[in-house]
Amino acid sequence: MRHALVTALALFAAQPALADDLTVGAGGRFATISAALEAARPGDRVLVRAGTYREPTLVIRTPRLTLEGQGWPVLDGQGVREVLVIAADDVTVRGIVATSTGISNLEDRAGIRAREVRNCLIENNRLRDNLWGIYLQRSADCVVRNNDLEARGLRQTESGNGIHLWYSPGARVENNRVRGHRDGIYFEFSSHGLTRGNVSERSQRYGLHFMFSDSCAYLENTFRDNNSGVAVMYSRGVVIARNRFERSWGSAAYGLLLKDISGGEITDNTFERNSTGIFVEGSSRLAVRGNTFSQNGWAAKVLADADENIFSGNQFSGNAFDVTTNSRSSNTTFDGNWWDEYAGYDLDRDGVGDTAFHPVRLFALVVEQHPAALLLLRSPLVSILDAAERVLPVLTPEALVDRRPLMRPPR
Amino acid sequence: MNVVLLVLQAGLRDLSRNRWIVAYTLSFLGIAEGLFWFGGTGPQVLLSLLNLVLLVLPLVALVFGTIHVYASREFVELLLAQPVPRRELFAGLYLGLALPLAGAFLVGAGIPFVVHARDGATIGGVVALLGAGVGLSLAFAAIATWIALFTDDRLKGVGLALGTWLVAAVVYDGLVLGAAAAFGNYPVERPLLGLMLANPVDVARVLVLTQLDVSALMGYTGALFERTFGTALGTGIAAVALVTWCVIPLGLAGRRFLRRDF
Repeated sequence: MRHALVTALALFAAQPALADDLTVGAGGRFATISAALEAARPGDRVLVRAGTYREPTLVIRTPRLTLEGQGWPVLDGQGVREVLVIAADDVTVRGIVATSTGISNLEDRAGIRAREVRNCLIENNRLRDNLWGIYLQRSADCVVRNNDLEARGLRQTESGNGIHLWYSPGARVENNRVRGHRDGIYFEFSSHGLTRGNVSERSQRYGLHFMFSDSCAYLENTFRDNNSGVAVMYSRGVVIARNRFERSWGSAAYGLLLKDISGGEITDNTFERNSTGIFVEGSSRLAVRGNTFSQNGWAAKVLADADENIFSGNQFSGNAFDVTTNSRSSNTTFDGNWWDEYAGYDLDRDGVGDTAFHPVRLFALVVEQHPAALLLLRSPLVSILDAAERVLPVLTPEALVDRRPLMRPPR
Repeated sequence: MNVVLLVLQAGLRDLSRNRWIVAYTLSFLGIAEGLFWFGGTGPQVLLSLLNLVLLVLPLVALVFGTIHVYASREFVELLLAQPVPRRELFAGLYLGLALPLAGAFLVGAGIPFVVHARDGATIGGVVALLGAGVGLSLAFAAIATWIALFTDDRLKGVGLALGTWLVAAVVYDGLVLGAAAAFGNYPVERPLLGLMLANPVDVARVLVLTQLDVSALMGYTGALFERTFGTALGTGIAAVALVTWCVIPLGLAGRRFLRRDF
């Protein structure tokens, strides 16, 4: 035991010889972070003590450097400049508060920017009132985790994205909280990324927005109160599982908007209280399985140009409208879902209803043509009309049908 | 004021002896409890009950109310022979009808939600539904009283009550739907909202919608709905309109009662 302790102490004592700790702030060797960054050698740690630092944009050019705040030092952009730029590989930034980049229409100022580097780690930071929060620019295999971002921009045009990835493949974005940015999390041309456990809320546009980013996975995130919900566009092989999509309200707000997505999996998510739960346009070969749609205006809007998609094992309850589409024909298959409006029977007791369920209501078509009629939602008259249409379908798409509706909710 | 209480008491005693009101309470209790029993979650039960509230409550209040007022005729005439202020007599007569009706619904539909409080119905939704039900009971009790005082012919009175129910619960919405379709190319939101407020059944429905289906209402493209239903404003407007729908028929019935010759 004693022996081990001595060894440990010896190792600890030996540490500075390999990598120095450079302390900035009250009682430290350096007064400014810039000076410490200038003096640092690869592998060093720059420890920043509590205080407010107003310095020109800080640029880390030393590889394997760690910049660590102790007691939440504030790095202030004073409303006129970018705060921190990572311009070397294998850099770690943690424990700092980056704030006040100010608004610019000419440059994309970020709280923390990784510029054309590899393997950076940005964790446990706070970002406040920045135009852009954390910006990965052509940076591969970076990890962004446990950060807390908040912006108070009033208009879309005056704010940037929270966590922004541009040509940054292999990123892991985990357990961050983003509030009030334009897009909470944004991926563009950034493939093979993993986004897990984040909470993105009150975004002025999308909670999560990604374009041209193939083979990405989005797991266990919560998207809430975002102005337009979540948009996933022009990507292949996307996995979206166990997320929560809540309270996207508005005529152009979608819990999850899918546009030109092919070959994705959307499983075990919860869509609750969105104007439109899931919106599918021009997408093909999607497996939508085991999701819960509850209390949405329109649980699923599936346009006729969506192809070979399969909805199965989902649960639809308390939605104003379960499914709508824009055509009499449909290339989307609904099979083995549970619908709270299904009123069929199960004589052979195999758990599957013996009569088919038509999820598109007549009233949904009426509202499609005369939107203001929406005010008659849940009127007894509308129930009567719907019931009549179910018995003798004349107007609703006959092809859009669940032939094996479940008698009990799955799971 | 004593007279109000006295007549109210008499009315309550009369009604509690009446098996109808007991059966009414129990049927709501049974239906709401049954909906939970058969695997319903809170929001689903709310929606199922909403249809019942919109159809059954006005019907019962109208038919039962008219019959009740006709049945109290002799009692009223007896009291009028005494030195009793008409105003107080009328208040007792109305409350003796409206309170048991509203109370029966509140108890019957409310208890299951208290028992199954954990089943996910939002408090706002439950309160809106119960409030809408109570409001409808009070409003249609007032309308029933007015109808019964309007004509002495009982058959005609009950017929009028039934007709009123049919119009308020079903026909009116059909006309509104037709209007929305016919004038769909014009900005119809504002007139349509106005039409909703002009029918107590629709007011009650909109009141519940603002709590249960706000996600759908916000999906409408017009900014008017967003402004109205996105905040507490929509709920407020509907609640005030429902109260107005209790007060106006009651005022009319009261005036009739004060002036008519028995």
